[in-house]
Amino acid sequence: MDGKGKKQLAPRDNGAPDYRKYLHPAMERNYGRWKYHRDIRPGVFVHESESGESLYTVRAGSPRMMSAPLLRRACDIADKFCQGKLRFTSRNNIEFQLEKEEDIQPLIDEIGRVLGFPVGGTGHSFHNIIHTQGWLHCNLPGTDAAGVVKSLMDAFYEEFTHENFPQRVKVSTSCCTINCGGQTDIAINLQHHHPPVIDHNNTKLCELPKVISICPVLAIRPDRLDGRNTVEVIEEKCMYCGACHAQCPALEIRDGETDTLSIWVGGKSASTRGGPSFMKLATWGLPNNPPRWPEVADAVRRILKAYQAGANPYERVGEWIERIGWKNFFAETGFEFTKYHIDSYRWARTTFNTSAHVRL
Amino acid sequence: MPDDDLKLPLLDQLEEGPWPSFVKDLKEQAKRRPQVGQLLKQLEQSYEDHWDYWRGTAINVPGYGGGVIARYSDLGERFPQVAQFHTIRVIEPPGFVYSTDALRQLCDLSEDYGAGIMQLHGMTGDILMLGYDNEKLMEVSEALMEKGWDLGGSGNGMRTIPCCIGPARCEMACYDTLKLTKYLTDKYIGYLHRPEFPYKYKFKLSGCGNDCANSVSRSDMPVIGTWRDDIQIDQEAVAQFVKENGPDWAVRNVTSRCPTHCIHLSGDRIEIDNRNCVRCMHCINVMHLALAPGRDRGVTMLIGGKRTVRSGEMLASVLVPFQKLESDRDYEEFSAIVERIWDFWGEHGNEHERVGEFIDRIGLGAFLDGAGIVPDPQMVTNPRSNPYIKFEEYAAPRLEGEPHKTANVLEHEPDREEDFEGK
Repeated sequence: MDGKGKKQLAPRDNGAPDYRKYLHPAMERNYGRWKYHRDIRPGVFVHESESGESLYTVRAGSPRMMSAPLLRRACDIADKFCQGKLRFTSRNNIEFQLEKEEDIQPLIDEIGRVLGFPVGGTGHSFHNIIHTQGWLHCNLPGTDAAGVVKSLMDAFYEEFTHENFPQRVKVSTSCCTINCGGQTDIAINLQHHHPPVIDHNNTKLCELPKVISICPVLAIRPDRLDGRNTVEVIEEKCMYCGACHAQCPALEIRDGETDTLSIWVGGKSASTRGGPSFMKLATWGLPNNPPRWPEVADAVRRILKAYQAGANPYERVGEWIERIGWKNFFAETGFEFTKYHIDSYRWARTTFNTSAHVRL
Repeated sequence: MPDDDLKLPLLDQLEEGPWPSFVKDLKEQAKRRPQVGQLLKQLEQSYEDHWDYWRGTAINVPGYGGGVIARYSDLGERFPQVAQFHTIRVIEPPGFVYSTDALRQLCDLSEDYGAGIMQLHGMTGDILMLGYDNEKLMEVSEALMEKGWDLGGSGNGMRTIPCCIGPARCEMACYDTLKLTKYLTDKYIGYLHRPEFPYKYKFKLSGCGNDCANSVSRSDMPVIGTWRDDIQIDQEAVAQFVKENGPDWAVRNVTSRCPTHCIHLSGDRIEIDNRNCVRCMHCINVMHLALAPGRDRGVTMLIGGKRTVRSGEMLASVLVPFQKLESDRDYEEFSAIVERIWDFWGEHGNEHERVGEFIDRIGLGAFLDGAGIVPDPQMVTNPRSNPYIKFEEYAAPRLEGEPHKTANVLEHEPDREEDFEGK
């Protein structure tokens, strides 16, 4: 199956490519000598070096999944304007770099004409969404990723190309409860609503001791059925996390009829001010509604409107909520606070209000 | 043969709208590579049924234990061209920088052997090249490796390492994130290609506390740039900032937002109690023309971050508050810490147990003992408040008279090679 008759490959262990060959010449000359940067307009900023050199960066939002011809067109632009160098950001943007300020507008025009990509996603804007594979290429998802992102970025296109928020807004999506996306200001995650359905004819595909031991709440135990080894799931214990499904496809956690989406807010990785924070549940029970997921965009817009109106400069979504309190967050977004918002897993008690601090 | 009739009632709706449409791009590519048309048809079926049609399994390039994400279609009879439609992970250039020659080379390889579609980049930083069958997978791997590229990580090993742009284009970078990415990748390439850990181990490298690599929430070992001397202040630029924005704005948005209240505006001058600065970066971010990280720079190493699956969300926590990262010896010291952790977790970690989960199971104190790291108050927000402690110092001798020790304790290993001399 693997290349019959061909020379057996030997591991090369080439390692990471030598980035020094790929740096823009101005980055190479000023490596480690940058003094500060200034924002010029949304999507465009300049770095100034101790040497007196300036390097302008134009950031264009990409859909992450790209064809070779499209990427070659991006290379054409980099050859024409950027001395044959370009880079990507961790949020799937392409960055084109210039030494001359007068090239900025012609470059932006070329990006629009040749790639159709918008320039933005910097500073206090709605940044490009980090996402996963979804139905396009993953074996575990309950929903899609690229389509959700396309729909949301269409809805928040103006917010991507302008910097009108109190602080940056980072968003991620996930297609199962593994949650490949990061801790972000707003996240769209999938929820399952019943224990895994076991296909007892196929459990032989899996190493059952591993299936049993992967369950975080010890809800899986060995079982015998018609003389075969299989497992059973204790329904009261199961919390529908799907860890077993990733280990063994015969334990199917997904359900096209009943899976829903939920929205989480207030995650942050930066150590700035109060430090990193987890996302918290804002609202749940949104339909998994391809191809446009309009209910998700509506919920995100409610959060963004309240955030934009109420947050102080430099407050991320989570910091704004921490200051105004969750009572006011739910009042201002109109989301209902339910018993499901109260944590019931490990460390739940650390989330209870153990003071007499109440907003009345 | 090109698929002229690519009518997809649901996906076609994603061609509309201002944001670049992956559907439109893939439809174009379907004219060149018909398997992309079948990929879209299968995706359309998923949109219709709310159901996924991929099955995952393991396929390895000989000599490698990872780097391939194998996907078989459940609809292979209907869509034979995507019956085998695997992704190959390729290690990205640190900092995601490319020459157009290099990127074009990847484009050519992706089209010559596969579907000619790529994702830049995956969650661990890899270049993802999609759409190879079992045979072409081996051929493209060979071609990639011949041209100097290498396969990325997957499974229970060290994963491909992403980093922020660092000193290549950022004034905040407190260490060379690109250099450390290449150093760790190359030094530990065997652990990346031939997985042998209890579970995955991810590094993510950020040049400062702004953590542009999202390391704290998404990696087992975040490495975050910091400094141990004073924040650099240009008082003339401070005066200019105060003149432009007003003292009230500066107090509201800079000094009063300091988490330890260690920065003060006095007239049009900034004063900082550097002993209490926690290097959060806020004041430097806002007043970046006037303030800069100190000059004696290094990294804070953290441990145990991960996302949801199994035990829930975990943010990483401080392991080594400060480590220099300039000389070769600094890099060796850094590596020695990593290797001690891998030895200890590798020996005692359970199957599918991330290092953060391992620490939760055995306790951070026991972990520090095992990995040979000295406890430091900066590792916790506060000391314990419960009194249930097993003091080794007060434990009764065992039956044989030997002193009691906590299980799983390794002797503290010397950090530096010369400490071995004369032994």
